[in-house]
Amino acid sequence: MPHPWRSFIAARGGNLEPKPSNRHPIPTRMIHHNLSPRQYMILGLVALCAPLGDSCLSRGMTTLPAISLTHPGALIAAVFTPWIALGIALLIGFFASYLTALSWADLTFVLPATAFGNVIVALFARFWLHEAISLERWAGIALITVGVGFVAQGPSLTERPSPAAASLPAAEVEEAQPR
Amino acid sequence: MTTPSIWAATAMIACVVLSSTVGEVLTAAAMKSIGDLDDIRAHSGIKGAIRAVVTCPLFFAGVSFLALAFFALLFALNHLNLSLVAPASASLTLVTNAIAGKIFLKENVDSRRWTAAILVCIGVYFLAH
Repeated sequence: MPHPWRSFIAARGGNLEPKPSNRHPIPTRMIHHNLSPRQYMILGLVALCAPLGDSCLSRGMTTLPAISLTHPGALIAAVFTPWIALGIALLIGFFASYLTALSWADLTFVLPATAFGNVIVALFARFWLHEAISLERWAGIALITVGVGFVAQGPSLTERPSPAAASLPAAEVEEAQPR
Repeated sequence: MTTPSIWAATAMIACVVLSSTVGEVLTAAAMKSIGDLDDIRAHSGIKGAIRAVVTCPLFFAGVSFLALAFFALLFALNHLNLSLVAPASASLTLVTNAIAGKIFLKENVDSRRWTAAILVCIGVYFLAH
């Protein structure tokens, strides 16, 4: 009975990238992203919840009087103020979405793809809070947008064969490649 | 507040970047070892998914380093300006994560991902100024 990984390689024309080497004997290949709308929504939540949560914490902490380390109880009380509670809820949402995204996408895909949150916060500051945005910041927004576009068009995951497939003799893998 | 030397500032930012990178890589490795959380949730419900995460020792190692990164950031903010620490740590972490992802997670970091990491890194630097 042919091994599933062998069939997979044969079906793909035996084109393994990068080619197996002595240093990395297990072949890896990039899976071109085919993210579902739900997965895009999770990436969007990662991008939005972190900067919005930080903004809520910042707003909540600046409205409080200065907290000294000699009165740590004031920090506990701060947790129950509306802005800080909302910030913590958003950061919990960020962490849950981030962990979910890492379970089906590479770290080097998730981090740049979710950097778009910085742009959203800057645009939010410009059009809702009417803050001035310098030319340098507009350049930053453009660079992040281009960077996110680059990574979002590419594969989201490096696929590795199952441990059973990895233990296949090299000859069997070669056998599956086209002549 | 006395201004720390350039070496002290570099060391503080390096601590933030290193601990954050180690935390991110360990957390990513933990999530890959657990498997797709959406599938786990579909089979075992939300409790099953939470159980799968909280019973993974690698996850706690990652969270410990992320907590260390947070306190290192607080320490750095106590001595350095936010306008230096925030963009420097955010941008450098993107690049160190790409390197660590390639070396330790064996991710296929192709030219597209390198370009994206560097563009986002410069963009974050500009945005934070």
